[in-house]
Amino acid sequence: MELTTVWFALIAVLWVGYFCLEGFDFGVGMLLPVLARDETERRVMINTIGPVWDGNEVWVLVAGGATFAAFPEWYATLFSGFYLPLLLILVALIVRGLAFEYRHKRGEDTWKGRWDLAIIWGSFVPALLWGVAFANIVAGVPIDADKEFTGTLFTLLNPFGLLGGLVTLTLFATHGAMFVALKTDGDIRHRARDLAVRIGAVAALLAVVFLAWTQMKTGTAVSALAFVLAALSLVGGLLAATRGREGWAFVGTFVTIALAVIGLFVALFPDVMPSTTDPAYSLTTTNAAATAYTLKVMTWVAVVFTPIVLGYQAWTYWVFRRRIAVHHIPTADLAGTPTS
Amino acid sequence: MDVLDIARWQFGIITVYHFLFVPLTIGLTAVIAGLETAWVRTGKEDYLRLTKFFGKLFLINFAIGVVTGIVQEFQFGMNWSDYSRFVGDVFGAPLAVEGLLAFFLESTFLGLWIFGWDKLPRGLHAACMWLVHLGTLASSWFILAANSWMQHPVGYRFNAESGRAELTDFWAVMFNKVQVVTFPHVVFAAYMTAGTFVLGVSAYLYMKKRHEADRPMYHHAIRIGAVVTLLAGLGVAITGDLQGKVMTEVQPMKMAAAEGLYETSESCAPFSVFTVGTPDGKEEKFAVTVPCLLSFLGTGSFDGTVEGINPLREEYAETYGSDPTSKAFTEGDYTPVIPVTYWSFRFMMGLGFFAAGGAALILWLTRKGRTPGVRWLGVLGLSLPIATTLASSWGWIFTEMGRQPWVVFGLMTTESGVSPGVSVFEAATSLVVLTSLYALLAVIEVKLLVTYIRKGADPYEEPPRVKVGGSDDEDAPLTFAY
Repeated sequence: MELTTVWFALIAVLWVGYFCLEGFDFGVGMLLPVLARDETERRVMINTIGPVWDGNEVWVLVAGGATFAAFPEWYATLFSGFYLPLLLILVALIVRGLAFEYRHKRGEDTWKGRWDLAIIWGSFVPALLWGVAFANIVAGVPIDADKEFTGTLFTLLNPFGLLGGLVTLTLFATHGAMFVALKTDGDIRHRARDLAVRIGAVAALLAVVFLAWTQMKTGTAVSALAFVLAALSLVGGLLAATRGREGWAFVGTFVTIALAVIGLFVALFPDVMPSTTDPAYSLTTTNAAATAYTLKVMTWVAVVFTPIVLGYQAWTYWVFRRRIAVHHIPTADLAGTPTS
Repeated sequence: MDVLDIARWQFGIITVYHFLFVPLTIGLTAVIAGLETAWVRTGKEDYLRLTKFFGKLFLINFAIGVVTGIVQEFQFGMNWSDYSRFVGDVFGAPLAVEGLLAFFLESTFLGLWIFGWDKLPRGLHAACMWLVHLGTLASSWFILAANSWMQHPVGYRFNAESGRAELTDFWAVMFNKVQVVTFPHVVFAAYMTAGTFVLGVSAYLYMKKRHEADRPMYHHAIRIGAVVTLLAGLGVAITGDLQGKVMTEVQPMKMAAAEGLYETSESCAPFSVFTVGTPDGKEEKFAVTVPCLLSFLGTGSFDGTVEGINPLREEYAETYGSDPTSKAFTEGDYTPVIPVTYWSFRFMMGLGFFAAGGAALILWLTRKGRTPGVRWLGVLGLSLPIATTLASSWGWIFTEMGRQPWVVFGLMTTESGVSPGVSVFEAATSLVVLTSLYALLAVIEVKLLVTYIRKGADPYEEPPRVKVGGSDDEDAPLTFAY
């Protein structure tokens, strides 16, 4: 296989990792006001992702860096083209990350309430916008002969793009609810499971329409297979949830997201950013790629270190494998304020 | 303002801001890991109290460093897309490797450290912080390799067909002669920042009546901080001297601009303590100098030759300024902004020497268990971490501004690296949104730091002895929870 193809696949893997992992912590963040009934339950939810959210977020940094190194033209066109949505995502990720670390540092309700808003919106915005961005990448955007994006923000806000956004939004919410059901105990666990099934039904409907639409636009036999399996996996996950099998339910949404992303990348290949202006201007795995030497160096690094990273990240999840319930939350927070 | 000006301001503001938090992060991880290891080995309560206390302050600082770092990774593509296209083949690799080797390590093991007090055996818990520190060092290595390549491009060839720089030797980029002196300089500066932070915060608490009972502990911490500061300061000075020599060789214009040396000095170049030039930066009007010192700093010999700004300017214009289609062409001048390079260089050194001097003084005052009663100890102490942090800022302002008008020395000017497709509206929105957000976050951060510094270290609390994954009591409350 060509190294450019290998790197296209590796970048797909990084995005799969990012969406499968940060997807659930976006979901947990978005559902904070819906699932938690009081301060202690909010803390239960936040603590399910406390030790891991930062590690999950690194996947997007590595995806960005790998795109820069392996496909510099893709990185340059995408990041300068999708400027304002990316800025919004950056702002969201900034306030959200700080919110996890700062929320418990002071006791006042207004302080916590503001950081809660940062968590909620900081999770909602990227969950929506990543879908909009990916739908537009797959569908193609206006790109000129100099590989410059020539559209505006409104070019990206087309029906297909917005539908893509709603799909990631609802899928991540479902995935997050499944995670809460898997990682908590008590009342909130049951509420999370019920909610996951309800949002999941909406997500399934939206995802089927979106994936079918993608398949009609640019799909191949392989992408069709991935999409069908993704849909089946989601249905399986929801059924498992209704039977109280939280582990399988979470695996279901995890696999759904992974297969949907793989399907989108398969549908995209061999382009990395198709041009709607003229197919001749499309960025492809060949004309956007770095040199063979750079790709070879990077391949060695990836081959040696990716298994190590996966190993210690998996170990973290194992260390923090226990469910968290209301009675596990210390009665005073770090600022010394008793929890209501 | 056009997109270029806005993008320059954004890069400057965003990057200097990010780096306000980075040195403390790098340095404190080592100090905290050291304190925790001391506790594991000796069982002395104070070591654990200090570990937890500085751990808390560290996390407040680290959070901002992390979230502002995300912007760094994205803004090359957003504002500097032509730069990204031109250098991606060389510059992208260290960034990607940094993510894979460093960021995962830092974030994962920090998560384990924060939440792992009741999930990991003691030695393993301390090891997590050492791994976080290793992550910060790896991160520094790769990002500085990328930056050093911009200062002194090596291990590449220019491909006229693709119109870009292409990597030919990864190891040459990793062990660039600029890199091997810059990395230790930055890391020692980070240790110095952490040393002054521990020293300053402890000196402040030592002086507070409210914390009188803990005076012996803070006395000890002051001395730890002072020793770290002085050892690291020595490292900073030695590596800084080596950097000066490499710089004289590979970026003579930067050295000349740092000195305000307008004409070449064949031997015994003077070191300027204070120079006033004409407004266009072409001539020296008034100067206070130390004879021959610059020759020594730049070449290691008191009669070495140091090239001056004016001859270099002509040489560069001849070498690079003939082909207007080249990315190395500029209509302007191949000279950095002299007052900025001149003063930033002096602020960096001055603040560094001030911090080292303050640390030495406080170390002497606290010698052999002496308990100084001087009132200004806390104020002097707290001024030291501010000095070291600003010294780092000025150092970066110097090294980046001194490279101008180049973004990659000799290959590409900054003006030709900016994104051609980005509108003034987009760039300005980004600048306004990010700077106002950052300003707000700075206020919140400083207030939190002050609050938690004033509280001082919490009383000793014995962490549970557990095996990996936690104790057998599954209903016990978490030792640490957000």
